[in-house]
This record gives sequence, structure tokens and C-alpha cells, in this order.
Amino acid sequence: MSRTTYPFSRLAVFSALLACAPAAFAAEPAVAVAWWLWPLGLFVLCFVLGMLAVPAGVGGGVLFVPIVSGFFPFHLDFVRSAGLLVALAGALAAGPGLLRLGLADLRLALPLALVASTTSIVGALIGLALPIAVVQTALGMAILMIVMIMWRAKKSEFPQVERADRLSQALRIHGIFYDTSHGRNVEWRVHRTPLGIFLFALIGLLAGVFGLGAGWANVPALNLVMGVPLRLSAGSSGLILSIVDTSAAWVYINKGAVLAIIAAPSVIGMMLGARIGVRLLQIVNATVIRRLVIAILIFAGLRALGRGLGVWS
Amino acid sequence: MKISPEQRQFARVLEIGMRAGLVLLVCGFGVYMSGWLPASVAPASLPEFWGLSVTEFRRVTGAPNGWDWLGRLGYGDTLPLFGIVVLCATTLAAIGVLLVSCLRRADRFYIAIAMLEILVLLLAASGVLTAH
Repeated sequence: MSRTTYPFSRLAVFSALLACAPAAFAAEPAVAVAWWLWPLGLFVLCFVLGMLAVPAGVGGGVLFVPIVSGFFPFHLDFVRSAGLLVALAGALAAGPGLLRLGLADLRLALPLALVASTTSIVGALIGLALPIAVVQTALGMAILMIVMIMWRAKKSEFPQVERADRLSQALRIHGIFYDTSHGRNVEWRVHRTPLGIFLFALIGLLAGVFGLGAGWANVPALNLVMGVPLRLSAGSSGLILSIVDTSAAWVYINKGAVLAIIAAPSVIGMMLGARIGVRLLQIVNATVIRRLVIAILIFAGLRALGRGLGVWS
Repeated sequence: MKISPEQRQFARVLEIGMRAGLVLLVCGFGVYMSGWLPASVAPASLPEFWGLSVTEFRRVTGAPNGWDWLGRLGYGDTLPLFGIVVLCATTLAAIGVLLVSCLRRADRFYIAIAMLEILVLLLAASGVLTAH
């Protein structure tokens, strides 16, 4: 069996088995554990998630929210705000280097970020207004949908764009970036910009409602829909994320939904872990890590769905 | 390959803001955990409240909303928020710098986009949308 044809069903079965296992630590009442163990546990978890996220090619937020909301005693309001901050910190840390290397493009990112940041505010307001069971259920479904996207979405290193559309021409969204792996300059341009803008409106909305960050959706939308080269998509995604998550995070801050004891160890742990993750990227099999992350996400998604529906409390 | 000067400036602002925010966050959290400053809710008492929704949490603990936290920077549990706010303000500052570059080059589309983005971020940051 080749690596690329590793059956999705096997992961689903693995995750279902995990889901059937008693989550003893989650079932423990919070008062039975010394208070300082929770922020310490959060720091350790985020450190590990940070290490996994880089080789798996996902942002921290998409792992953080379902796992922490499923297995820690914090209310989802505080977890979502921390998730946005984790994703924001990661994007800010990576952004300067990517911009200087030409692996992120401002002219590409800014119009899309404008749309997505506007809808992320709406999403954050909706997320804070909805009943918690509805958000948990929707989060579970969203995570399982993300798993499907991660599993099935193809990638195209250098998509063919026959002709740039009118909008991208007017905005002068095109350029040249140096592809180090092939040692050559790559000229790029984009198409289907209106469709891309529509997708980014949806992505922003989801990011705001669930506090997930949005890297999981940004890259396929840029690469497969708009025809942006893969490496430039990944870099520009971080830049878009830093703007989108900022807008949604302000809503949570103003609502008083940022608890330092949750947000600080999460952000610090994730950023330290990501530094190790960058090194791991060079020595571990990224495909194995990606499968592990997908399995974790299936488990966390089922847990969120179960909690939302009241069948796995 | 040529990286535009505004892209370099944008990167520089992001880098400064990220470092400043992170240092402030780590220091603020260190102060909070060490107990050097009084906390409006002691860390040991938080497990009673962190499972509540934010509305309930604010009602029970009297935690601030909007920009009220600025008046409580003398409390250990509010101090780390300063670092978080710096992290969140970083993108706004970077787009502000970008707007100046666009104005110099009379790049009208991107002047409009940068101005709109600043308005969106200011609207979110102002607390107007979450005031009630």
C-alpha cells in the first residue's frame, strides 16, 4: 500500500476507537486537580501542538480549539479567543520572514484579508451570541469537514493560469517569486478573483465563529481556486491570517473573553513548540505527522460533536 | 526577485510588534503567576469560574469588558492583556505604514483597501460592536 493511498477509513476507525476510550482526565471534575496544573498542562499541550503543526502544514488554532475545548474545563468562549490569539501569534512570528523572502505577497493578501476580516467580526459576534451546544455541534461538524478538506484537497505547485481576470489585473495582483527548490524565478498571476473573495468571506466567518484560524482553508482557496503557486499560497495565507484573526480577536477582547491564565501559556507554548517544529520538519516524515494530526482532529471533532449533541459529556 | 520597499516596511513593523507583544505577554504573565501584583480573581479561585460563559463570568467576577481593562493594569490578571493588545495592534500599525507608502505612490486601489482595512480594525478594536 502506497503512502498516498492510505485509506481514509482506517483513520476513521482508529479515531472511533479512540473516541470510545474513556477520556478519564476530561471527566475529572476541575476542582479535583490543583489549579496550576491546568495552565501547565495547557503550556505542554500547546508546545506539542506547535511542534506537530509545522510539519503537518496546519496552523495552531485549528488543533487548539477542538482539543482544548474537548479536554480542558474552560468554557468555549475563552478557548475560542485563545485559539485566535495562538493563530495570530504564529502568523505574526512567521510573517516578517516570509515577506522578506518574497514568499508572501501584500498585494495578493490585502484585498482578501479585507473581506475575511470584515466577516470574521460578524462571525465572532455570532459565535458569542449562539447557545454553547449549537457552537459545539457546529464546531464538531466544521472540524470533520476540515479533515475531509485536508485529506482530499489536491495541491498544485505551479497552477496554470491562462489569463488573469479583470479584477486581479485592476488590482495588479501578480509578480515573480524565487523558488529555491527549483532554483528559478517563477512568474505568477491569479484568476477567479471574485470567487476567491467569496470563499474568503466564508473563511473569515468560520474563523470568527470558531476561533480556528484559517490556514487550513486559505491555502486551498489561494492555490486551487485562484491559481497562486503553492509556496506563495502558504506564505500569503499566514499574512491574511494575521489580519483576519486580529479583527475577530478584538471582538473577544472587548467582550472580556480573554483570560490570561488560558491565553498566555497557550501562545507562549505554541510559539516555542513551533520553533522546534521548524527543525523537526527537516528530520521527520511530514506525511506521518500529517496523518497523526488528521487522526487527532477526527477524535477532537467527534468529541466536540458528541458534547454539542449531549451524548459525550 | 525584487521585494517592494513597502513589503519590507510591513515586515519590519510586524517583527517589532510581535517581539514587543510577546515580551510584554511573558513578563505580564510572570508577574501574574508570581503574585507580585494583586489579582481581581486569584488564580487559585479561577477553576470555579473558567467554565462559565463570558457573560456569566463577567457578572460573577466583575471582570472588565471593552477598554475598562486599561484602568486595571495594576492587577496581575489584567497586566498580560497589555501584551495581547500590543500583538493585536501590530497589524493595524503595519497597515497604517502601508497606507502611507500607498499615498506616496498614489496607488488609489490600495489606498482605498488599506483605509477600509484600518476602519474595519478600528471598528473591531473600538468595542462599539460589543458595547451592549
